[in-house]
Formats: sequence, structure tokens, C-alpha cells
Amino acid sequence: MSDTTQELVLAADGRPLKQSLRRALLRQKLRALMLIAPLLIFVVVTFIVPIFSMLFRSVENEIVPDTLPGVTQALADWDSSTGELPNDDVFRHLYIDMFKASEAKTHTRLGSRLNYEMTGLSSLFRTTGRGLDDIGEEWQDPLEDIDPNFKDGAFWYEMMSGTDGEDLLEERRDLFATMVGESMDGDVGFIPSMQIAEMLPWTTRAYTDFAIWTAIDDEDVVAEEDPWESVYGALGMDLTNPDSVAAIQSYSGFGADALKAAVANVDQLPQTTFRAEFGKENEDWLSPEVWSTIQLYSSRMTPGYFLNAVDMQLTPDGIAEKPENQQIYKQLFMRTLVMALIITASCVVLGYPVAWLLANLPMRTASLLMILVLLPFWTSLLVRTSAWKVLLQQQGVINEILVWLGFVNDADRLILMNNATGTIIAMTHILLPFMILPLYSVMKTIQPSYLRAAKSLGATNWTAFWRVYFPQSVPGIGAGSILVFILAIGYYITPEIVGGTSGVFISNRIAYHISSSLNWGLAAALGSILLVVVLGLYWCYDRIVGIDNVKLGG
Amino acid sequence: MTDGATNDAFVEFERVQKSYDGETLVVKDLNLSMPKGEFLTMLGPSGSGKTTCLMMLAGFETATHGDIRLGGVSINNIPPHKRGIGMVFQNYALFPHMTIAENLSFPLEVRKLGKAEREEKVKRALDMVEMGDFGGRRPAQLSGGQQQRVALARALVFEPELVLMDEPLGALDKQLREKMQFEITYLAHQLGITTVYVTHDQTEALTMSDRVAVFDDGRIQQLAPPDQLYETPENSFVAQFIGENNTLEGVIKEIRGNTCVVTLDGGEVIDAVPVNVSEVGERTRVSIRPERVEYNRDRLHEDAHTLKAEVLEFIYMGDIFRTRLRVAGNDDFIIKTRNAPDQVRLNRGQQIEIGWLAEDCRALDA
Repeated sequence: MSDTTQELVLAADGRPLKQSLRRALLRQKLRALMLIAPLLIFVVVTFIVPIFSMLFRSVENEIVPDTLPGVTQALADWDSSTGELPNDDVFRHLYIDMFKASEAKTHTRLGSRLNYEMTGLSSLFRTTGRGLDDIGEEWQDPLEDIDPNFKDGAFWYEMMSGTDGEDLLEERRDLFATMVGESMDGDVGFIPSMQIAEMLPWTTRAYTDFAIWTAIDDEDVVAEEDPWESVYGALGMDLTNPDSVAAIQSYSGFGADALKAAVANVDQLPQTTFRAEFGKENEDWLSPEVWSTIQLYSSRMTPGYFLNAVDMQLTPDGIAEKPENQQIYKQLFMRTLVMALIITASCVVLGYPVAWLLANLPMRTASLLMILVLLPFWTSLLVRTSAWKVLLQQQGVINEILVWLGFVNDADRLILMNNATGTIIAMTHILLPFMILPLYSVMKTIQPSYLRAAKSLGATNWTAFWRVYFPQSVPGIGAGSILVFILAIGYYITPEIVGGTSGVFISNRIAYHISSSLNWGLAAALGSILLVVVLGLYWCYDRIVGIDNVKLGG
Repeated sequence: MTDGATNDAFVEFERVQKSYDGETLVVKDLNLSMPKGEFLTMLGPSGSGKTTCLMMLAGFETATHGDIRLGGVSINNIPPHKRGIGMVFQNYALFPHMTIAENLSFPLEVRKLGKAEREEKVKRALDMVEMGDFGGRRPAQLSGGQQQRVALARALVFEPELVLMDEPLGALDKQLREKMQFEITYLAHQLGITTVYVTHDQTEALTMSDRVAVFDDGRIQQLAPPDQLYETPENSFVAQFIGENNTLEGVIKEIRGNTCVVTLDGGEVIDAVPVNVSEVGERTRVSIRPERVEYNRDRLHEDAHTLKAEVLEFIYMGDIFRTRLRVAGNDDFIIKTRNAPDQVRLNRGQQIEIGWLAEDCRALDA
């Protein structure tokens, strides 16, 4: 037999049988796929893609390099461990980048982003954004005194314009586009001159940025507008560079007189550094910690949100635990897990007898009981939770009854709400049907003859239940527990309403970061951790109990 | 109503009644007594009360009235697990989460037997049903017949004196069922166990039992060994229910000792044995087994009454011929004849004369 099977078996049309079979099956599979295609596409487009893009935010950090491209590049060489400030080059880039960002109003967003890592950075960026004009004016005023041409937008345009700086323009345009997050395409009406760009690199950068923003966003003509204050500041930067000065001396194109005059009267310009200017605006700029934070978060991806989510932080010395008084998430995760377990356990304890009754009562009574079990399903979740609020509060129904019966002193009524107790009580009630239904459907398949057989074999009622009935109902407990536990661990509404501060779950914190603090990165990191924890527990469960042992029905 | 009382009664039902709803009696005044070692079958259509009787004996139902005794002791108030009765269920009820050996070990464990003793008894019980190699398997891995054997072994492993079986062979195919019928009776007699067996299959009842109790309408209609049941049914229900039976309706014309003459509704006159008829003029159903009908004049008494019959259908069944006749206006009169070399084969439409010995024809209640 075995040697004949080696031969290729052919189908009726002469093709190998295996191939024909595969073709036939493929058609079936495609057909099946087409049946689920609408739902699949719907789910992928509206659910999976948004969720993954949301989760991606937990590591995404593009706002820092996008908003401060020059600074992050210049900072790369800075060694934060020396305790010294970065050199003035970094502050010059900071000025150019910040000015651009403040025009586009993205510097505050960057401030809020960095504020997650170091408190105070938000206000630092906000206040500095307002003072940038003043810094530029320190150079603008004396320059305009040296040569009035510097007052004239058309003069600047003429001086900076050329024909060969297309690449430079596109480079600055791309940087702008990534910073504001939208396209900056369109005719700028200005092409920088490469000769000027080599002679006055800072000025060209600042002026090109100004030209792009003026033409594309303000939709004005570049030549008719006065340049930004940053352009004067940038010219000041160039004038301190001996190479630039030398180039100006030999320059003879448009505006050469004005530039030479500026070089000649360079002592009228502020004799200061941009570091000092920023220090004047806000002394936090002179703190090395601020700079090490910016440096730590200048890469495009960051583990920062995840570290935050487990109460750690990134420091120049590596990853470290946060100070004790700032740690909240680990405890919150533990609390969520423990409370979800308690809720699951109470659902098993309360649901098991009910499911047993449902499975063993006569049909009519069982249907009635089933309706009672399902009744909460037909009521709004919010209504049910609010009802618990009415029941549980200190002046609520339960306390009133207990006081009236004399079990509880009027002075020390039970605190059943705004703590973990309230969350556990309300959520056990709300999730109970999810335990009862799988239990019931499994118990329904356990024939009463098993119990009879056990008793006829000499087992007492308890032994018959424990040795024969209970093991057969375990798959139901497993299914119900997984369902309840996974629902509980991500529950939001009920803990939000009755949980107070000590009874809230991690999901409430996630919601807070999504809608109030707007720290979506941290929210995404917390959400990802929750997802991984649930999957991990599921895996453990599969290992210990076996997922085959979970039955949702016959 | 046969009381069936024996001196050394082991299982006794005395005036037992059972009602579930308080309005109708499912079991009406049941009296039954069986000696040790007997194989008794409760046979009857569904709803006749036979399973209820079994459940009362097992302790899963309580009698509304009356007394059930086991070995002379009333067991009405003894819970099922203390009765020590082995039971085989219709669907076997093998515990699916335990292996075969664990299933068998269960009754021994709850009796707190030592491990070595348990293992030995389990092994012996499995060997007894020829399932010795299957101890490590789960019930779902066994075929229906194998599960049946295991269920039997489990009911016997703790050596009960009484074993109850509730339609245990219902789910098996015909061949396996016949094999198991033989094995169960063999084991029961071998071990000397008293057995109460419930079935609605009369062949099963006839082949296996020492005695059969035919149930209908909550009563035992007849309690007798299989041959008596078949050959001398005491009423028309038993006659109809056990085996194939031809019925002719008529009126008693004359009773002479243990024979009587019956005028059929069509006017024909036949001889019969009066069983539960007593007066002339009483309506009666005359019962005659298909294999006791003769159409060969030579084999009948000279003075036997004969009836005219028309052949409607002739079926060749190998060992026998089965012929359907129209007799006295009855189109469903069946006769069975052995396939012997000298046997005459009938043709459709043929007119014949049939007759029988008076003692094979029983005049029963109408």
C-alpha cells in the first residue's frame, strides 16, 4: 500500500488531485471570506485601525523633533552630565525654531507635551513665546538706526532673493509642514539666494521661514511685508560670525551697503548672547534640568509614556522610579486587578445557585426567573448605576433601613459609596447576568441522571454535587469568570459614578487622560498595558484551565 | 391481578400509589413481591407507570401511599444513597469527567474502601464485562456498547443485592442489543443478583426475564413467566401487547366448562377458551396467535369450527411465511407458517378455510 501512495494521484481532468482539491477549497474559502467581508472591512476601518493608531501614540514623540528641529539636532552633542548649559548655538536654534512655532502657535502644544515630563515647562514655553518679539527688537532697533533700509520689507525681499535656493526653500517648507502637521504647498513667491545663504545662514533660515508663513498661511505678498523680528535677531547672530563678516566685506550685490554699515557699527548692536536673552525672559532656560529633559525627549519614539504608566521616569542616568509621592499607576493597576477578581468571585458565589435553579426548575418557573435575571439587561446601565447610588448613599435606602431597624447607629451610618465597596457591590450586580448565562447554559446540559447515578452509587447529596455535578459545571464557571473578569477590568461608568476616589479603576484614569488632561500618549500607554495584562491573564488561564474547558453553551 | 406473593419476598410493593399532581394516580394500587435472585422485567407502554415504580424503588421518587420493602425492611424513608441498590440508566450516566476506572471506583470511594481493595474490585468488575483494558479511557472515547458494559460494571462493582435497570439497551443497535441481553442475563444469574429491569421492548422482556410484569394505566395487568404471558394472556391488553395477535370481536353464545362458543359480529361461529368472560351474551374479544392458525384441513380436529378467508398478501420472510387474510370482515388477520418442504404457499386472492384448536383461542374481555 505504502509504495503506491507515492505515485501522484490525478483527478479526472488529469491535474494532480492535490492541486484540484486546493483549487476547490480555495473557491470555498473565498466565498466564505466574501460573506464576512463587509463586517471585516467595517471593523478594520472603524475599529482596528483607529485603535492601533491610538495605541501608537503611547510611544510616538514626534512633536519635539518636529517643533524644534534645529534645537534637537544641536542638542545631540551636548553632554548633560557635565551640569553645564548647552552652548549658544543651541539657544540660537531655539530662537529660530521657537519664533517659527510661536507664529504657528504650536509652541504651547509642545509645552504641554513636555510638561508631562517636567512640571513647569508648559508655562515656560507659553511665557517665552510672548517675549520672542522683544528679543528680536533688541537687534531690530539699532539695525534700523544704522541703515533705514532695514525698515523696508521690499529691501529685505530684494536682498534675500535669488534664483538658485530652491532646495533650501523646500527644506524649510518641509520642516514647517511637519511642525504644523498640514501641507504648506503653494507658491511662496520667494526663492532664497544661495550666495546670501552661505554668507548669512541664520538670516536666510529666519527669512525663508517668514516668507513661507507669510505667503502660504497669511496669503500675503512677501515683498510687501515687514520681516519677523527673528530675522533681525538672526542677522545679529550672523554678524558675530567672522566668516560672515569677511564675506560681507567682499560682497557687492544688492544691500551690500546696508550690510557693510551694520558690520561697521556692530558695536551698536547688543553685546549679549541668546542664552542670556532667554535667561532674561525666563530663568528656567538657564536650568540644565530643563535642557536634559528636552534632550531626553528629542527622539521620535519614546518609552516615556510607558515608564510614566508604571510610575517610572527617564532620567539622564537611565530609567528610575518616580518619587514615592508621585506613584499612582502601579497601585491603580493592582487595585483594578484585585477588585476585578473580587467582583468575579462574588459573581460566581451569587450566580451559581441562581444558575442551578434556572437549570433545574420546571420550565414555567425557570422562564420567569430567567426574565428576572435578564431584566437588568434591558435597563440602561446608567440608570442601574444611578439606582445603586440612591441605594448606597449615606442617606440612602439601605442605610435608612438599617438605622430604622436599629442595626446601625444614626451617627455612624455605613459608607457604602464613593469607595471600593460601592464599586464592588454595584458592579457585581451589573455583571451578574454575564456569569449566570454561561453557567446556566452549561448546567442545562448536565443531565439529572448523573446526580441520580451518583446517589444510587452511594454518594450523599453533597458528595454527588461536589464530585459529579460541580466538576461538570466548571467550564461554565470558567466561561463566566473570563467574561466577567475581562468586562470588569475595563469597566468605566460604574466606578466613575459610585467609586469616588478609592473605588476607581485604571479605565477611569485613562478616560481622564483622554478627555481632561489630554495626555493621550499616557492614556494610550495605560490602555496598552491593560490590554497586555488581560491577554497575559488569558494566556495563563489557558495554560492552567485550558481554553477548551470553557463553554458558553451546549 | 396476580399478587405474585412468594414466601421469601426480597422486594415488596404493598398497595403502593403514586401521584405527581394530586389529581391523577400514575401508579394505582401496586402489589408486587419478588424473591431473591429473580430477574423481573417491568414491561409496558410509555406512561404506564413502570419507570415511576423503578424510581420509587431506587428512592428518587417517594410513594404517595403504601409501603416498599427491601429484605423485609421498609425503605420509604431511606434516602437513595443508603439503599445500596445498583442502578443502570438509560443513557448510562457515566461521569464524563472521570476515567472508566474512576467511574467504577466512585461507589467504592464513597464507601471508604482502601485503595488496594478498590483497585482490585474495579479490575475484577471490568474484567467481568470484558473491559479490562479500558480503565484509563474517558466515557466519550467508548462506543455505546462499551459504555453500556461499563455502566453495568459500575452498578455491580459495590456488590449490591438488587440492581435496577432503566431501559439500558434502548440506545444500542439491534445486534448489539441482542448480545447485551444475553450478557446481562448471564451475569445476573451468575452473580445471583436480584434484578428489576424496565423496558418497553417485549422481545427483550420475554427473552431475559424470569417473570414479566406487564404495566398499563398504573396497574400490573399480568405478572407471569414469559411463556405463560405469551400463551395464556389474561386480558386483551396483555394479548395485544405481547407478541403479534389476531383479534376477532363477538358475543359469547355458550359456555361449556373450559370451552365456549362465540358468535362473531359477522355471524360466524368459533370455539374458544373463556378466560375472563363469565356470562352468555357478554361481548368478547377473541385472541389467536398467528402461528396457531391452520389452513391445512388435515391438521385440524374434525369437529373444529372453520372460517372462510381470502388471501390479501403473502410475504416470504425466509424462515416463515407471513400471510395477511380477510377473515370475518377483518383485513388484518395475520398468519405465520413455518417454511417447511411440505408447506403450501398461498397466492393472493386465493380463498381458503382456516381453523385452530379451541385451546389456542382465548375469549377475553372486550
